[in-house]
Amino acid sequence: MNASLYLRRRLTNYFNLTVSVLTTLFGLFWLGWLLWTLFSNGLQWISLDLFTQSTPPPGEAGGLANAIVGSVLLTVVGVLIGAPAGVLAGTYLCEFGRGSRFASVVRFVNDILLSAPSIIIGVFVYGLIVINVGHFSGWAGGVALALIVLPVVVRTTEDMLQLVPDHMREAAAALGAPQWKVVSAIVYRAAARGIATGILLGIARISGETAPLLFTALNNQFWTTDMSQPMSNLPVVIFQFAMSPYDDWQHLAWAGSLLITVTILLLNIIARIWLRESK
Amino acid sequence: MALYPGMSATQAGPLNNGSSSQYQMSAPEKVAASASEPVSVDTTMEPSKIVVNGLNFHYGKYHALQDINIKIPEKKVTAFIGPSGCGKSTLLRTMNRIYELYPDQRASGEILLDGRNVLDRKQDLNLLRAKVGMVFQKPTPFPMSVFENVAFGVKLYERLSRVDMEERVEWALRKAALWDEVKDKLHQGGTRLSGGQQQRLCIARGIAVKPEVLLLDEPASALDPISTLKIEELINELKNDYTIVIVTHNMQQASRVSDYTAFMYLGELVEFDDTTTIFTTPANKQTEDYITGRYG
Repeated sequence: MNASLYLRRRLTNYFNLTVSVLTTLFGLFWLGWLLWTLFSNGLQWISLDLFTQSTPPPGEAGGLANAIVGSVLLTVVGVLIGAPAGVLAGTYLCEFGRGSRFASVVRFVNDILLSAPSIIIGVFVYGLIVINVGHFSGWAGGVALALIVLPVVVRTTEDMLQLVPDHMREAAAALGAPQWKVVSAIVYRAAARGIATGILLGIARISGETAPLLFTALNNQFWTTDMSQPMSNLPVVIFQFAMSPYDDWQHLAWAGSLLITVTILLLNIIARIWLRESK
Repeated sequence: MALYPGMSATQAGPLNNGSSSQYQMSAPEKVAASASEPVSVDTTMEPSKIVVNGLNFHYGKYHALQDINIKIPEKKVTAFIGPSGCGKSTLLRTMNRIYELYPDQRASGEILLDGRNVLDRKQDLNLLRAKVGMVFQKPTPFPMSVFENVAFGVKLYERLSRVDMEERVEWALRKAALWDEVKDKLHQGGTRLSGGQQQRLCIARGIAVKPEVLLLDEPASALDPISTLKIEELINELKNDYTIVIVTHNMQQASRVSDYTAFMYLGELVEFDDTTTIFTTPANKQTEDYITGRYG
């Protein structure tokens, strides 16, 4: 082996390694800074009251209970509408429409929906539901979130189903199982964790969405679980409180931000661990 | 999100064992192949279970099988041998029409199973596959318990009581020479068995449906020698009850397990005869060259 060639390769290797480590650190630096800021400003305002009291008027003590419950309800409704539709559509793309022209159109449109600005979705649902019903409501918020979950789940479901090897489908078909049976009894089972992970990532994605809720669920100062009424939720409360001049509100906004970030972080970590275990 | 690399493209394409490059033989060999008359052999006096007449097969535009005629004798083991890409797996895959999972694959001609053309549009696919079971090269246990794996196929056709189903599963596992190894772990995941056990589980799964024909697509090529031996013993055992067609890369295996052997080359059936004749006094020069290891 030529010594100078070897030296050059080593240098190239060293250089590339350095660059990739540096860029990784660059990315992690901002995440670290963000988490540090949130914890240093928000941790002190986390208390039991946060989870038991509703959002207060300025100058009074209170918590975020109504916003937390609202966020959970909106997310649940969003996922209950978006996830089943997404799983079925993803199944169509991978199992039934494979190679068909219609499927590739659907896939393309889904990719557009995936990258649609969430405020557009908010305005769309505003026009679709809020205007027709006459007022803001939790249902409208849930629908807006569903439209955001939908393309995420379609995409992950299709990807995860594609990871199931074809010989598994062949083996089931060779026993005489009709296609719906192959998909529901074998392929779904093999891809279950992956699909669940996709849904989890969808939840992580919507739990911080603000723009679509501004136009749909809006906000509610009081505790409510009535989805037909305007509904409080963490992102909009953070938006409102963080912009306010009142110290108490700003503290709650910090606490809410920390809460949301930690939740999303945990969802992502759980999703990753889950997926890794399934392999 | 790093979860979405560009994985959305479809993944169809020929699934036979050969890479397409191996179809490209050098010119002289190709001439030699087409010069020899496609042999329509009727060397067997046995009753035929499957009769293939004028079968042609296409992967998209590629003409993978050319005018195949062969009679598969009942309750015997018939082996398909030949170099990679010669069409032996493709031929096997027409017999239960599994190729139809892929829209660009087409077969024309006749495949008579007990005298009825299974390529007929009117043929019920599920019934055909109940009669013609298949085991693949890679063991494919389903993501469920050993018991459920075997019961899966049965449940498609029969509604059995718990006790009857247990009996059937045990029967199939015994038949596949696997019962003693798994009787204490029937409710463990099928994927936790060893490769050889997984393959016998797949055979048990196929048998449990009580088919008449078993198609084996290189069933031992992914297994270690001891597991291979077990599979071969099993094939010997099973031919008392089933018509078996086996595709194999391994000529020793063909000579050990089969009663009849078909040599295929470049999508044509070159020679079909009883196994001893093929391996001792083949009529065709190409067959001789192949079995003596001059190519392939």
